[in-house]
Amino acid sequence: MASLRCFLRSGKNAVSLVLRREFSKSSPVSVQVNVRDALNQALDEELERDERVFLLGEEVAQYDGAYKVSRGLWKKYGDKRIIDTPITEMGFAGIAVGAAFAGLRPICEFMTWNFSMQAIDQVINSAAKTYYMSAGQQAVPIVFRGPNGSSAGVAAQHSQCFAAWYGHCPGLKVLSPWNSEDARGLLKAAIRDDNPVVFLENELMYGVPFELSEEVLHKDFVIPIGKAKVERQGTHITLVSHSRCVGFCLDAAAVLAKEGIECEVVNLRTIRPLDVETIEASVMKTGHMVTVEGGWPQYGVGAEICARIMEGPAFNYLDAPAVRVTGVDIPMPYAKILEDHSVPQIKDVIFSVKKVLNM
Amino acid sequence: MQNMLTLIANLFRLGNASKNMGAQAVSELLIGLSEYVDLTSPPAPATPRQPPTPPGTRMVVSTRSFADFTPQANFPIKKCELHHLDEGPSDSAVLTREQGLQYYRTMQTVRRMELKADQLYKQKIIRGFCHLYDGQEACAMGIEAGINPTDHLITAYRAHGYTFTRGVPVREILAELTGRRGGVAKGKGGSMHMYTKNFYGGNGIVGAQVPLGAGVALACQYRGNNQVCVTLYGDGAANQGQIYEAFNMAALWKLPCIFICENNKFGMGTSVERASACTDYYKRGDYIPGIKVDGMDVLCVREAIKFAADHCRAGKGPIVMELETYRYHGHSMSDPGVSYRTREEIQEVRTKNDPITMLKERMLSNNMSSVEEIKAIDLEIRTVIEDAAQYAISDPEPPLDELCNHIFANDAPMEVRGTNPWVKLKSIS
Repeated sequence: MASLRCFLRSGKNAVSLVLRREFSKSSPVSVQVNVRDALNQALDEELERDERVFLLGEEVAQYDGAYKVSRGLWKKYGDKRIIDTPITEMGFAGIAVGAAFAGLRPICEFMTWNFSMQAIDQVINSAAKTYYMSAGQQAVPIVFRGPNGSSAGVAAQHSQCFAAWYGHCPGLKVLSPWNSEDARGLLKAAIRDDNPVVFLENELMYGVPFELSEEVLHKDFVIPIGKAKVERQGTHITLVSHSRCVGFCLDAAAVLAKEGIECEVVNLRTIRPLDVETIEASVMKTGHMVTVEGGWPQYGVGAEICARIMEGPAFNYLDAPAVRVTGVDIPMPYAKILEDHSVPQIKDVIFSVKKVLNM
Repeated sequence: MQNMLTLIANLFRLGNASKNMGAQAVSELLIGLSEYVDLTSPPAPATPRQPPTPPGTRMVVSTRSFADFTPQANFPIKKCELHHLDEGPSDSAVLTREQGLQYYRTMQTVRRMELKADQLYKQKIIRGFCHLYDGQEACAMGIEAGINPTDHLITAYRAHGYTFTRGVPVREILAELTGRRGGVAKGKGGSMHMYTKNFYGGNGIVGAQVPLGAGVALACQYRGNNQVCVTLYGDGAANQGQIYEAFNMAALWKLPCIFICENNKFGMGTSVERASACTDYYKRGDYIPGIKVDGMDVLCVREAIKFAADHCRAGKGPIVMELETYRYHGHSMSDPGVSYRTREEIQEVRTKNDPITMLKERMLSNNMSSVEEIKAIDLEIRTVIEDAAQYAISDPEPPLDELCNHIFANDAPMEVRGTNPWVKLKSIS
């Protein structure tokens, strides 16, 4: 396979071929791919597929990407398709949107989503609203991507989660992948979408490997935008989460399973448009809900989910109020002990589940 | 000779006569006149007699060129001040009669359209923001005359003039201002958000359009199609940081972008001296070459933009132009425009420096047109504007089921939450 050859060639990554032994001669191959490489492959494949696609941002070309997500791409595609920009977010985000106006398909990288605040006017007023204001005359096929949310020891100005900010705005699609399959399928879908997409990655997930099946590795594998995934079936309580916290929910579920509590874990994948149906169906089954996110509580993703459950049919199935597990409502501190206590941990999820289940 | 003079006398009498005279009689007189005239220009194409128009209609003078009009003339134009350029635009411009009439027609249409918008706004038929362009017509016309329809243009919120020169009919502009379904953006955009092919609005956030324009230029370069993007901003926007970010990248990557500052001396109520430490806007591009242009002279603008477009198409990178111009209205309809400048100043520009008057006088004094012809054009334009205004007033508002459409392009229909949880609205692409 081309994609297999592709990432075997590129630098150091955790690749191990796992051959499942089967009775028949043809054995399906699945591969360990970390989130960074999944993104890298997706970018490579989409750049190859459509020559209108190009990537711009700080250090994306010759540096191979600040977080190495675009490693090898400049060497393969050159200056025209992979463009290093000066440190001028408002300017290059505006340039990217203008290129999208004129029919190209730019991928605009923010080194972290914190820096997007410098360019947020271009994302919202120039990109998100234009199709509506022009009554359908001017589409804006652009992807804004970069790492979002807390990292490790980068302090307050570099740790904010923007899911709620961008999730608030009509005209944007907002995606938040958790694992490698999410990263790959959602990024490909985002690039192929004719609308402005905010793609919120997570720096701490970049190095985490996941097994990818042959189907996922296919070059046309896309995940539908606006569809959540039930990562784990359960009966007692629904845990709704996105990005890195999905992993915490699964870990918490494993611990709780030992005590006989079966958690259903819903991975949102898309923040906007929110897949309320999947959440409702799950809550109607379990009767209990806890949302888990890294961002701040006020006016956040969890707040929206709780409001929607209140307003919809699932409310009548709730046996207890739905609650939110979130980051602490403070700017992110630096010291490790403080930082660790500023973000949701597995024990917080377990505690909240037991509280909601009145145990 | 005697007969010719009689004919001319009759013609003038007709101009003053009542509406009873039939149009056919006029045509006959005109055709008779032409037989007496010495042919100095190429023969006019054979035009059939005009069919008789219904009685009571205004007489319209035929638009075929009268053989005694000068077909073209060479006009000296103001020399442009240059920044980092050894050569600049030509200091003379050739104007053909056809071009002159076309420029006149276009500028006068914009002028009357803006005045009609003023009227409609005062009648509260137009609401919200309305930033009028009257006084600055030579900028929009000169630019359009110097670029191709396949080139690109983006501007800020004082956009009605450019919306017209880029091809949107007056009725669709006025209907957009009155918020009707026949508006160019179906009533969903309003004054500041009108779009058409190769015209990217109409942008409400001061300065944001400049990086956007540089991005369109990037697309031109990426595709190698030899097109340029004209990116306009005002003297008020000229201090925006994002403009310098765009300048930097445009120069670095040699984008085919013509940055144009329309300097009308005031950013809302703030004069340029009170806003900018340096008011030489054509020099503000620093390492980018600049040209200062008389924005009230359509020929000056045209020659400058041609020069600039050639510069960009030759791969030399971006260029900055400053058009010195003036707006008669205040910043918007909610600004009377006299608290920060005197009525005398406005009047002086009107009498001494009006772009439309200047063009008309050039044409008349060089026998490229006649008072009657100009009058007739004015009459035509008035009709067009009246019809457009009628349309804009009588066209229905957009239907409510359009409310949530056009959120996403090329997407399946989706549901949109209404003002309360029980209202579920439909959105289609």
